[in-house]
Amino acid sequence: MTIGLGHYLAVAAILFTLGIFGIFLNRKNVIIILMSIELILLAVNINLVAFSAHLGDIVGQIYALIVLTVAAAETAIGLAILVIFYRNRGTIAVEDINLMKG
Amino acid sequence: MTELVTPEIMQPLLPELVLALGALAMLMVGVAWRDRHDGLVNVLCALVLAAAAAAVLAIPPGRQALFGGSLVVDDYARFLKLLTLCGSFGALVISLDYLALARQQKFEYGALFLLSTLGMLLLISANDLVALYLGLELMSLSLYVVAAFERDNARSAEAGLKYFVLGALSSGMLLYGASLIYGFTGTVSFSRIAEATQTGAGIGLVFGLVFLFVGFCFKISAVPFHMWTPDVYEGAPTPVTAFFAAAPKVAAIAVFVRAAMAAFPGIGHEWQQIVVFVSIASMALGSFAAIGQRNIKRLMAYSSIGHMGYALVGLAAGTSEGVQGVLIYMAIYVAMTLGTFAVILSMRRDGQWIETISDLAGLSRTQPTMAFFLGVLLFSLAGIPPLAGFFAKFYVFLAAIKAGLYLLAVIGVLTSVIGAYYYLAIVKTMYFDEPAKRFEPMPGLLRIVLGVTGLVNILFFAYPAPLVTAATAAAKSLF
Repeated sequence: MTIGLGHYLAVAAILFTLGIFGIFLNRKNVIIILMSIELILLAVNINLVAFSAHLGDIVGQIYALIVLTVAAAETAIGLAILVIFYRNRGTIAVEDINLMKG
Repeated sequence: MTELVTPEIMQPLLPELVLALGALAMLMVGVAWRDRHDGLVNVLCALVLAAAAAAVLAIPPGRQALFGGSLVVDDYARFLKLLTLCGSFGALVISLDYLALARQQKFEYGALFLLSTLGMLLLISANDLVALYLGLELMSLSLYVVAAFERDNARSAEAGLKYFVLGALSSGMLLYGASLIYGFTGTVSFSRIAEATQTGAGIGLVFGLVFLFVGFCFKISAVPFHMWTPDVYEGAPTPVTAFFAAAPKVAAIAVFVRAAMAAFPGIGHEWQQIVVFVSIASMALGSFAAIGQRNIKRLMAYSSIGHMGYALVGLAAGTSEGVQGVLIYMAIYVAMTLGTFAVILSMRRDGQWIETISDLAGLSRTQPTMAFFLGVLLFSLAGIPPLAGFFAKFYVFLAAIKAGLYLLAVIGVLTSVIGAYYYLAIVKTMYFDEPAKRFEPMPGLLRIVLGVTGLVNILFFAYPAPLVTAATAAAKSLF
């Protein structure tokens, strides 16, 4: 069996779904949410690179590199905000993010 | 193939260059002056925004594509860039007194405004999926930080965290959609996506389209992706909330409309259904959920959800008139929002800011001018003629009716009647309830912003031509 575009897309779709579920089902820890976000972005990168190889077009790989860079910046900012939150509240449990009820 | 970067080529990007260099310069100046003149740095940042607006006006008319078509500067981009810069400028101006009084005077505040506005301008000009993503992230990353700006305040930190988590999730979804669109069309450029989708779209592409639109809906806080809005609006420092309400919404609507019109005109019937649903849901939630609110910032959050629904009515029409309606709507929305937040920022008693609606009781007797202008803005938000808010709704509904979307227009009118209830309830509190204690006197800058936005709303009907003409030209440049 050859591994084709469909397989890569399936893996990416599974990773993406795991990431989404990780954000919504996790009741414990905000760090897990950050990891889930990372998972979503990695799923996108697999998609981009697979499409890029399949189409023989370099733009997808450039896009993937840009996504990697932005993901690093995003995580840095997320962790910084998390540190501020922890200083104020002394906890990073998801169920304690409840000062405002929306 | 190699384009030399000459001053002439870069000229259409002058506003972005001013903002980028301005932000870097302000950071340097802020560090050099240490903590002594942080207030002054924020004033300088406001001047940089004004300079960028002047640079937008100086761009020659016509359509210019830059960087191999990644960015495009046309009438549409110019109109929205000017509007975004006005929104950012207004929000920064009404922040100045707050920062001084709250002892939150830090120069990073202005620099973050500049960077975020830079992201918005890139977003408005974006003409391919890569530029779109970069602009969106530059805007959002700066916004996450300003939401958590009062770092000793648990509510501000929580607002920042919530905004970050949901914002990052929405960027991820948008990106997944972008990757699918790239894969199934083989290109990231909007114009070539349009060519590839001329004959219809396969299931993969429709999936990509839906994910992309989900990302946009998050950014403009349209139902069903609105859940972050009330919490972030309530928790973030008030001037930051004003900024959220005014500037990023304009940029996000701008890219939403451009992507829909420039990249997917061939499959209009596919996305029209999505936009119609989102629009109806936003209008309904915006008018019903706001009724029970006591906190005025939360109320403004639901109000902005509703207003985004009305603006999307114009996009759902999918015509040049519809886009014109969206543009007029956003311009008037920015004016109404900034004025209302100028009042919210002056709700201050005994050295504390207060946010409940009942604190406005009897404002007409204690501060009649402020009550009058707030009343005008609330009537305008409700869409009562002859104020500007009425014309904003008029243009989008007219476009919807001309496009045959009768149901959408009827629901829009009905929800705006229901929505009028909670705006008028505030007017009733101000004019007929027993006076509460007086607020502290309103700072001069807030008075100016309130006066200007109030007069814009009152006098729009007398002289609508400049805005309408500019919006017509801007809408035409997309077709």
